[in-house]
Amino acid sequence: MTDDRPLSLNRRRFLASVSALPILCAAGADAASLSGRLPWSPFAGDPPKPVNPLGWYFFQPNEVAIIEAIVDRLIPADNLSPGGRDSGCAVFIDRQLAGAYGQSSRLYMKGPFMPGLPTQGYQGDLTPTGRYREGLKALDEYARRTHGRSFAQLSPAQQDAMLQGLEDGSIDLKLRAGLTTRSFFELVLQNTMEGFFADPLYGGNKGMAAWKMIGFPGARYDYRDHVDKHNVAYPHGPISIYGEGL
Amino acid sequence: MARVLPRKDVVIMGLGWTGAILAHELTEAGLNVVALERGPWRDTASDFNIGYMPDELRYAIRRDLFLPPALEAMTMRNNLSQTALPMRDYGSFLPGHGVGGAGVHWNGYTWRYLASDFELKSHLTRRYGARRIADLQIEDWGVTYDEIEHCFDKFEYLCGTSGKAGNIKGKIVEGGNPFEGQRSREYPNPPLKMPYSSTLFGAAARELGLHPFPEPSSNMSQTYTNPLGITLGQCTYCGYCERFGCANYSKASAQTTVLPVLMKKKNFEVRTESEVLKINLHPDGKTARSVTYIDKAGNELEQPGDIILLCGYGLMNVRMMLLSGIGTPYDPATGKGVVGRNYCYQTGGGGAQLFFKDKRFNPFIGAGALGMAVHDFNGDAFDHSRLDFVGGASIAVGQSNGRPITNRPTPPGTPRWGAQWKKATAETYGRVFGIGGSGSSYAVRGNYLDLDPTYKDRFGRPLLRITFDFPDNDIRMQNFVGGQIARIARAMNADTVVTGQARKGWNAVPYQTTHNTGGAIMGADPTRSAVNKFLQCWDVSNLFVVGASAFPQNSATNPTGPVGMLAYWAAEAIRDRYLKSPGPLVPA
Repeated sequence: MTDDRPLSLNRRRFLASVSALPILCAAGADAASLSGRLPWSPFAGDPPKPVNPLGWYFFQPNEVAIIEAIVDRLIPADNLSPGGRDSGCAVFIDRQLAGAYGQSSRLYMKGPFMPGLPTQGYQGDLTPTGRYREGLKALDEYARRTHGRSFAQLSPAQQDAMLQGLEDGSIDLKLRAGLTTRSFFELVLQNTMEGFFADPLYGGNKGMAAWKMIGFPGARYDYRDHVDKHNVAYPHGPISIYGEGL
Repeated sequence: MARVLPRKDVVIMGLGWTGAILAHELTEAGLNVVALERGPWRDTASDFNIGYMPDELRYAIRRDLFLPPALEAMTMRNNLSQTALPMRDYGSFLPGHGVGGAGVHWNGYTWRYLASDFELKSHLTRRYGARRIADLQIEDWGVTYDEIEHCFDKFEYLCGTSGKAGNIKGKIVEGGNPFEGQRSREYPNPPLKMPYSSTLFGAAARELGLHPFPEPSSNMSQTYTNPLGITLGQCTYCGYCERFGCANYSKASAQTTVLPVLMKKKNFEVRTESEVLKINLHPDGKTARSVTYIDKAGNELEQPGDIILLCGYGLMNVRMMLLSGIGTPYDPATGKGVVGRNYCYQTGGGGAQLFFKDKRFNPFIGAGALGMAVHDFNGDAFDHSRLDFVGGASIAVGQSNGRPITNRPTPPGTPRWGAQWKKATAETYGRVFGIGGSGSSYAVRGNYLDLDPTYKDRFGRPLLRITFDFPDNDIRMQNFVGGQIARIARAMNADTVVTGQARKGWNAVPYQTTHNTGGAIMGADPTRSAVNKFLQCWDVSNLFVVGASAFPQNSATNPTGPVGMLAYWAAEAIRDRYLKSPGPLVPA
């Protein structure tokens, strides 16, 4: 026989315990048992929190100057959109690194850490925070060694040439085992584009400038009236999760 | 020591598509059923909330709803000479997590395999001779299409699949797929409205003498009430479907088609955040006694049951059998053993990208399973006698999303950043689409699953090890299909067409498909299959292993339709055969 026991479900406590064995709840096997009704509780949703745009949570001042210079070369300002810095890409990366993403908390991080094949993916033991700390430092040292100045103080053309070198492998920053110069560049490029094109609540894509540039309507959720209007531009601008553009 | 809980009639591991369907069917038969689910409870209103579901970063990039590798990772290598290393993040495929499983964030493609796919070894041997497939480990399913047709039908009507039949009771129907096996009736819903890209593809394919049809989709083309009395809403083409839960109740999932009824039953219980450690056998080794699991509080518990159903993702079903010492592990050196045998994947690629300066496709108007396909080169729908491979692919243009972190192609030669990149991105977005090929994946001796000798999970248990590369046969198939795709692409008068070449060396990093099959395959011969034609374990008669783990090899199209079919097929076998006479349903 199945018991008809009362529902005792605490959603937030469920979601809080992903990587560690949950040990807070003492009620034993009954704690997460659901039976006899469709469980739902009001205000159980988990909406994202918009980032605070002020200050820096992860980057140190010298790193801020370098990462802002990088994102502004990856996405330079022109008549199509503001640049990466004014779009908030560095703030975006800072907040991502300060959160769960920066700690690789979802990922499998048990050893042994062994060099792998390209088909096996990243095998280093550094989390994204460690990779940024190490990579930015090495990049700046490289700039000082070759040009006598910090990366942030180089001309845009010099910065572009250096980024190009990271991308095509002609510059080797001699990072620690498991982290290649190229994979560091790919990480920064990926995160910069994430910030540029993600919902503005995460700190980048300020004013939905990236979405306006390409004509992406953002968080709109109903296109039934337009799906069969073939080859016709969608007439409405973007909206964001927190209602920009409404 | 594990605390022993009161016995249940049925213990189910995993509450995704198969677990939910089996739980519903067996509670209807009056049994007391408990499901143990490793992940959290999930419902539409709370977890797929329309206010914040359209969030590419959170759900598609950071993968909020997927299985975190921290909970269960797998190791991979391409062949026996390599050392397998853990996929520290999932990439090539993305297993699901929590109630609803991967059925929460699937696209909704709801296919049937070709009738010949179910008797593939016999069929190919008859048509081309045994030598043609000697380097492959192709098998029959042990069931015929006609035997299981009604189970496909049940799953499609549960889901409210939108589509157009091509063959009703042997009569070819205009506008549907003429190569499909015969169906007993039309789809429950008409096809979705097609986007521009798919109609261009359909017109070009038709001009070339091919047979385009709307892809079957469990995204609702209209409001639909399923046989359980649960109503789904019309799809809004929102473009946040695959990798997301549906906020509109318009994509079929356990949440939208089964759970509202199942959860209200007094003879059903689910325990979430409860991870099964192993299946325990009776001393004779011929039946299972119980499962041991860790609940959300960290307690170790033992749940006895008369019938044990392994309903996890296919790969996890195989790992659980290996961890529990059930069945003989497969050995690629001898080709003997059954658990881990015939692991297959999906042969993708061979696709083309088409760029048009004067057309706009509004790619953000999309649904998970929205498009047109041709099956003229699927499976053995075409003659292979003069070709150097067996198998084939579905060729299609689908429009699922224009989410810009991922989906913003630029013409070849464009830099990946800087002013030129930006200009090309702004000019090209919405003026490009792809023709895709989704191809069969056939078993070979060296592709298999076993337990990793080095890497462990959070409980100290070995991870699953995947040894896989694309077989030469499948690479040749893919290149042939790539040629067909290029032919269709040229007929569409694009400004630029980019095509690709198939290569060996399965790469675990870029996303391909979450269509991993085999490892606990069904069949008629206990020396070559792990479960019989009813999904019953040959060695442990009260254990049924349900999922894509049972596919002897993978066909060209998405696996969820056949997975749902197998859930109904197993439920029927348990209800109509096993309960009447518990024990092996097929003599070994």
